[in-house]
Amino acid sequence: MTQPAIEFRNVSFQSGGRPLLSELSLAVKRGETLVLLGRSGSGKTTALKLINRLLEPSAGEVLVEGRATPAWDPIRLRRHVGYVIQEVGLFPHFTVERNVALVPRLEAWPDEKIRTRTGELLALVGLGAAEFRARYPHQLSGGQRQRVGVARALAADPPLLLMDEPFGALDPLTRVELQREFGALAARLGKTIVFVTHDLREALLLGSRIALLEAGRLAGLYTPGEFLRATDPTVAAYVAAFRDGGEIPK
Amino acid sequence: MELLDFFLNNRVEILELTAEHLWLVGVAMALAVAAGLPLGVALTRWPALNKPVLGGANIVQTIPSLALFGFLLPAPWLGERADRLAIAALTLYALLPIIRNTYTGIAGVDPAVREAGRGMGMTDGQLLFQVELPLAAGVILAGVRVAAVISVGVATIAAAIGAGGLGEFIFRGVAMVNNHLILAGAIPAAALALAADQGLGWVERWLRPPTSR
Repeated sequence: MTQPAIEFRNVSFQSGGRPLLSELSLAVKRGETLVLLGRSGSGKTTALKLINRLLEPSAGEVLVEGRATPAWDPIRLRRHVGYVIQEVGLFPHFTVERNVALVPRLEAWPDEKIRTRTGELLALVGLGAAEFRARYPHQLSGGQRQRVGVARALAADPPLLLMDEPFGALDPLTRVELQREFGALAARLGKTIVFVTHDLREALLLGSRIALLEAGRLAGLYTPGEFLRATDPTVAAYVAAFRDGGEIPK
Repeated sequence: MELLDFFLNNRVEILELTAEHLWLVGVAMALAVAAGLPLGVALTRWPALNKPVLGGANIVQTIPSLALFGFLLPAPWLGERADRLAIAALTLYALLPIIRNTYTGIAGVDPAVREAGRGMGMTDGQLLFQVELPLAAGVILAGVRVAAVISVGVATIAAAIGAGGLGEFIFRGVAMVNNHLILAGAIPAAALALAADQGLGWVERWLRPPTSR
């Protein structure tokens, strides 16, 4: 078997004496979209931040491409891993183009190449470069902003992509639209993606596998089909909650 | 009319003292920005410095200006020349608004923006110079503006220790009970304060990042 893209080995993380993640072991296969599913406070965002070393494990280790995160230069690691967050975090004083070009600029690409690349990326996320290049983030809708966020994360063509509830703050219609487009995009790009969400419907749509976290522990790891049929009480309860809410078919 | 004649007859001295006043304030402001900006940035990096630095600057602010000039008089290098002493005191007064606004300006940057920058692999220096300082520029400049206006006013007291400036007229006028003399100091000082406020306000608007806020 080939080496996993990302691997958690018995990882625990504590903050202020409070355990946020306990003995998590998990391997993310190259090219798959692994969804970390769980309610607020289940440790899914913590797990994500351990991958790009915004946090470091209290015990155990996180390996990215076979190398433990403390052995990586954090700057190199983060430029190697795309990152998209719910609040997007676009730089308000940068145009769309400069936002997308952030990492290529930091990596000192030649101007011509940056310009071509930002054009490609904006087209990829469904924004016309001619129309949007020179706009500022406050001139965009929430959905457009998140599209720019995705384009920015993909700019330097990182093999890994981390996404923290990227569609969570959007209105339901825009959310469904972006989920569908992103699903198609992910299948086409063949990146390894770790996707954090609390939304089961989103997990079923986008995930090749779903890891359910509960109170900092892994409650189960399933394919979407298995997840719906799982008999584990935590998983079944999660599924039932969404079925009762009418969000997924009974 | 009488006042106008007085101003015309004494225009050379008024201009000289105004220039002197500007020089005291200008040098003090340059020093205060040079010290206050890095200190404000340091507070955002090491929050433990917050209390001692802001507390210290706060205490300086509460010392009456005349007393501060007096306190600094016995200081070895400073006390040798009145203008040095005046500049040192003005610098100390200007520090608080600059440090505080640098700190609050940077602390007020949207945490999501900072997290995105760090998560995309920006170094701390890149984050500071490309993101935090540009976004905080308006707030920082507002602090510089407050400091400049305060300095123009406080600098009039510097005449009490013989550092010159427009305070010369005011002190002389008070001693001689001559309103024309007092106004010859007060009017140009007020004009300087207004000009500094307007000028820096203009720069501040120009520096504000293009957001809807």
